[in-house]
Amino acid sequence: MSVTAPPQPPRAAKPVVRPGDRIFAGTARVAALTIMLALAGVFVFLALEGYPGLSAPERIYAPATDFWSYVGPLVFGTILAACVALVIAVPFSIGVALFISHYAPPRVAVPIAYVIDLLAAVPSVVYGLWGGLALAPATRPLIDWLYDNLSFIPFFAGPPSVTGRTMLTAGIVLAIMVVPITTAISREVFAQTPRLHEEAAMALGATRWEMIRLAVFPYARSGVISAVMLGLGRALGETMAVAMVLSATPVVTLNLISNSNPATIASNIASNYKEATPDKQAVLIATGLVLFAVTFVVNFAARWVISRGERNLTR
Amino acid sequence: MAKSIDVSDLNIYYRDFLAVEGVNMTIRAKAVTAFIGPSGCGKSTFLRTLNRMHEVIPGARVEGKVMVSGQSLYDAAIDPVAVRRQIGMVFQRPNPFPTMSIYDNVLAGSKLNSKKMKKAEADSIVEKSLTRANLWNEVKDRLAKPGMGLSGGQQQRLCIARAIAVEPEVLLMDEPCSALDPISTSAIEDLIHELKSEYTIVIVTHNMQQAARVSDDTGFFNLKATGEPGHLVEFNPTNKMFTNPDEESTEAYISGRFG
Repeated sequence: MSVTAPPQPPRAAKPVVRPGDRIFAGTARVAALTIMLALAGVFVFLALEGYPGLSAPERIYAPATDFWSYVGPLVFGTILAACVALVIAVPFSIGVALFISHYAPPRVAVPIAYVIDLLAAVPSVVYGLWGGLALAPATRPLIDWLYDNLSFIPFFAGPPSVTGRTMLTAGIVLAIMVVPITTAISREVFAQTPRLHEEAAMALGATRWEMIRLAVFPYARSGVISAVMLGLGRALGETMAVAMVLSATPVVTLNLISNSNPATIASNIASNYKEATPDKQAVLIATGLVLFAVTFVVNFAARWVISRGERNLTR
Repeated sequence: MAKSIDVSDLNIYYRDFLAVEGVNMTIRAKAVTAFIGPSGCGKSTFLRTLNRMHEVIPGARVEGKVMVSGQSLYDAAIDPVAVRRQIGMVFQRPNPFPTMSIYDNVLAGSKLNSKKMKKAEADSIVEKSLTRANLWNEVKDRLAKPGMGLSGGQQQRLCIARAIAVEPEVLLMDEPCSALDPISTSAIEDLIHELKSEYTIVIVTHNMQQAARVSDDTGFFNLKATGEPGHLVEFNPTNKMFTNPDEESTEAYISGRFG
């Protein structure tokens, strides 16, 4: 002990920490870290196992010649199928969610909400079976009509498929799978619109629809966009339903109603993985890595769009 | 353009529950009418029947007559949306639309009424309404900023500007100062005095001094007994109400002996 040492300032009393708080904070932190680790682990696996697939022998990529021309149509197919699904599902979901939260009497709204939630519980294989066997033939009159009347739009350039197993059918099946997710979340955010804002609109003489536009939509905007993002995630990654509906050819085409449709990355993996040689497997895993990247890019792009929109609002 | 309101034998229900019973009164045009009374006695409920906001709540309905300048408010041919465009309302808590700028908030109602509006016309409505709401000088340099960025008192005056921007005939105010500090309260009371020259104003308040300060007529609501519906105990000119009320219970309430 040294006499020259300056006297220690009295130590500040320790803040009180309750064990309950500490345990809870610890658990939450561990959970958050686990998710990050799992995601990183998946990425590392895909990168290591898929790396050889980027430069496999040329015959593996047949009919394409290298990895990028092999994965290109798949990426295109994935995004096209997801877009078709969202174009169908989003307006539909918002409509159903609004009906449940603002239009229907509770007696009707509760059962409808329940049935919609139930749709999410149906396994995707079942949707695939239904899409391939029942929906595909049933869409034939629709695609014939689209071809006859709207063939000047590239989406409906035809010639119409005779089986009905088209990108359009795949998109509809995906849409049905996306609807429960987007509907459930949209409904929750719509229902949480503060009464005060709704009454403010109505007291100004807004009709029901004007009230929804003035008070409900602005309030629910970011929640609905999150709902769409989750739905998009499901549409991008969905495997079986697409694999069972589409007979795939590696083409890049906007044509939604013809016989030749690009597969999606996920459905391509599902239909080829079983019989694949190790080389082919590496290629498939590499396509998985591309899907991983695509999902990331799409999500970040969407977040960026949202945050830009919100900055505009608060300006 | 300001209108008087005649209410006769009005019963107000939430489903089967009778909330307010047998109200009779005449609300004069271009005057301020205040409703006082203890919590839960149906003042706000009654106020909301005057612009048909009551029926927005599922199962809510009324029996009896409300006549606005000779026209029955609850006539089957009357569109509640049209009623609310003529009878504006200001709420207990300020409720500007959170995603809209100050400018757009003021115009929210006008935009509903007429879809196409010239920029100059819109600018003049905004300036006129904000000026009448005594808010123009405070916000004229930041009209594009969100309405939620204002203080509570300013937000409430913004809501008043929004309500008067559509040129209503009657202005209903449901405890407009209960969430505000004394300075903002006094700003809004001054505003009520000024607006009286153009509008019929009905105000619900918990603050008896406020009723005495701003109103020409006062109605005292009370529950008949616990569990019984609310009713109008007395309706008289404010002077008489606060000096020499007809009913003993009014005097007891006003002098603070109960409630």
